[in-house]
Amino acid sequence: MTKQSITVLQLYPKDMNIYGDHGNLLVIQRRLEWYGYEPTIIHYNVGDVFPENVDIIIGGGGQDSGQEIIHEDLIKIGPKLKALAENGVPMLMVCGLYQLFGNFFKTLGGKTMTGIGVLDIETHGTQERLIGNIVTTNEEFGEIIGYENHSGQTFLGENTQPFATVLKGAGNNSKDSHEGARYKNVIGTYLHGSILPKNPRLADFLIHTAVTKKYGDFSTDIIDDLLADLARDIASERPR
Amino acid sequence: MPHHFNSLVVILGKAVRNAARLRGGGSALPGLFVEKISPDFIKQTLGQLPHGVVVVSGTNGKTTTTKMVVALLEAHGLKVFTNRTGSNFTRGVAAALLGDIDMRGKLHADIAVLELDEAHAVNFVKTIPPRYSLLLNVMRDQLDRFGEIDATAKMLEKIAVATTDTVVLNREDRRVLAIKDTLSGQKVELFGLSDSLLPDFPSDDDMRNSAVIKTTRPNANVLLKKYSGNTATYDLGGKEFTTTLKLNGVYNVFNSAAAIALARAVLAGETKPDLILSTIAEVTPAFGRGEELEVGGQPLELVLVKNPSGFRLGLKSFSPAGYATMIAINDNYADGRDMSWLWDVDFESLSDEGVSEVAGIRAYDMALRLQYDEVTIGHIERDLPTALRQFIDNNTTSPKRIYCTYTAMLALRRELSKITKVEVIS
Repeated sequence: MTKQSITVLQLYPKDMNIYGDHGNLLVIQRRLEWYGYEPTIIHYNVGDVFPENVDIIIGGGGQDSGQEIIHEDLIKIGPKLKALAENGVPMLMVCGLYQLFGNFFKTLGGKTMTGIGVLDIETHGTQERLIGNIVTTNEEFGEIIGYENHSGQTFLGENTQPFATVLKGAGNNSKDSHEGARYKNVIGTYLHGSILPKNPRLADFLIHTAVTKKYGDFSTDIIDDLLADLARDIASERPR
Repeated sequence: MPHHFNSLVVILGKAVRNAARLRGGGSALPGLFVEKISPDFIKQTLGQLPHGVVVVSGTNGKTTTTKMVVALLEAHGLKVFTNRTGSNFTRGVAAALLGDIDMRGKLHADIAVLELDEAHAVNFVKTIPPRYSLLLNVMRDQLDRFGEIDATAKMLEKIAVATTDTVVLNREDRRVLAIKDTLSGQKVELFGLSDSLLPDFPSDDDMRNSAVIKTTRPNANVLLKKYSGNTATYDLGGKEFTTTLKLNGVYNVFNSAAAIALARAVLAGETKPDLILSTIAEVTPAFGRGEELEVGGQPLELVLVKNPSGFRLGLKSFSPAGYATMIAINDNYADGRDMSWLWDVDFESLSDEGVSEVAGIRAYDMALRLQYDEVTIGHIERDLPTALRQFIDNNTTSPKRIYCTYTAMLALRRELSKITKVEVIS
């Protein structure tokens, strides 16, 4: 029997991959394999042709310089990403691309970088770097454990829900207790670490959503996540 | 500062240093003591040196490179003060000074060669402008302390700008090479690699970028032309020289080119190529940087890993075939708290042999990483002494290799010194 295939697109791996974002791709790829699906990975970089059919999209963080390099291209493919988001395609955007999936990023120097507006959020550059181990909680996924490192502070507009509530750490900003943003199946977050290895429920949400959307049902296989559980226990106890 | 007070600081500092050594403590404690009591201590003491101060900085390779620079300068007759401990923060320098000065606070040396952590170097050069600096590379490392790679590059730029005579730069690191354009008064010397060796050194930027295009680069004063087995060929000012090395690891060998470039700058034309080569040939890796010990009649290698590029180069440099492998990952402050970096290293090269022991505070993070590369694991044990014993007992007939983060390495060396000969570092 030929395996059912799932196409995973990683946005800008060349310029936005600085905080272990490759780990998120690897986790989705392996778990798809372990569940019995055939993952097809597309590395989308500046200037590439945006593919017609995509089932999962992930994107990562970068240097400020990386954000500048990809900005124009992102604006160009923005309408396509927006249509896919409206259509319920699961996406995970971490740090830099989370910010640019919002309305705008205003740097400390007063320069404004427009986002693609998938998420109703705005981000302001600050002098303060929010950095360290972080634990958040979300009704659907339970405790989410990771590491944050950002100086941009993000605030939610009316049309976007926070992704999670901070238990330990800073999250979106130093004012409220929100972490990340959620619109339909699009999740934006500041957690790297990488986020998916230690949060397999979140990885499975992206996979499950994509598979059931495309094929109607989902694999009955079970993955042993003991190592992830043990790593979570230790990580949540470590100093900030 | 009154002379008698300075002497008191020296005596008290030395006493704290001896006490710290007796209880097997780290090298930074006595330095911290002196730093608090007498902040001008380092400035006064290093200010006496006739050939000034050399600063070696960058993300990877500082310790082994510094060791090579010291060997080269000593071979040419200079008396060198250095912070040999690899405790490269300012207070590590103060601690090393306490060991070398006499009771009057006089340092008997011609020149100081200091390896300094990027962030601490920035503060250090504000007080003591170095005569020479060597800037090795800017890799992703401890981003939880420095924020971003570009911010780290800015720190190296500050070191270069503060340098009064010559700045030695890595031509193959684009952020380091770019520092050249920010300098005006200083002389600049470059070290580099031949085109054929470039693919062995992917930068963090090129990590997920298969189409690496290198544009034309400026000429390097010292070039590593060829390297295979343990034979290296250098181009020194247009002439080729070949030698066999005791160093292992392709990154250590590239750093030897850096050390040679710096020594040539310091000695200003007074160097002898034969002496350079015979000295480099005898240098062994610094402690924990591919250092080889013997346990139960079998070799045991310690390979320090601090960041993705270092780990990748380590895995590339040392074949796992026939070796038992252990990986020990801590996340103490000196290691970096962020575990993201493990996801930027591919471990598939360990698939055939597997990993016998996974250890350290973040053993489960490391094990999880290996799970996703489908590498088999023998045991997972967070406690380092227990893990080490288990690793040795389970692999009595094999040569062994341990990849470890900084604080894990210190703990493992301490354990190993109970069962074998481990070079004492002070």
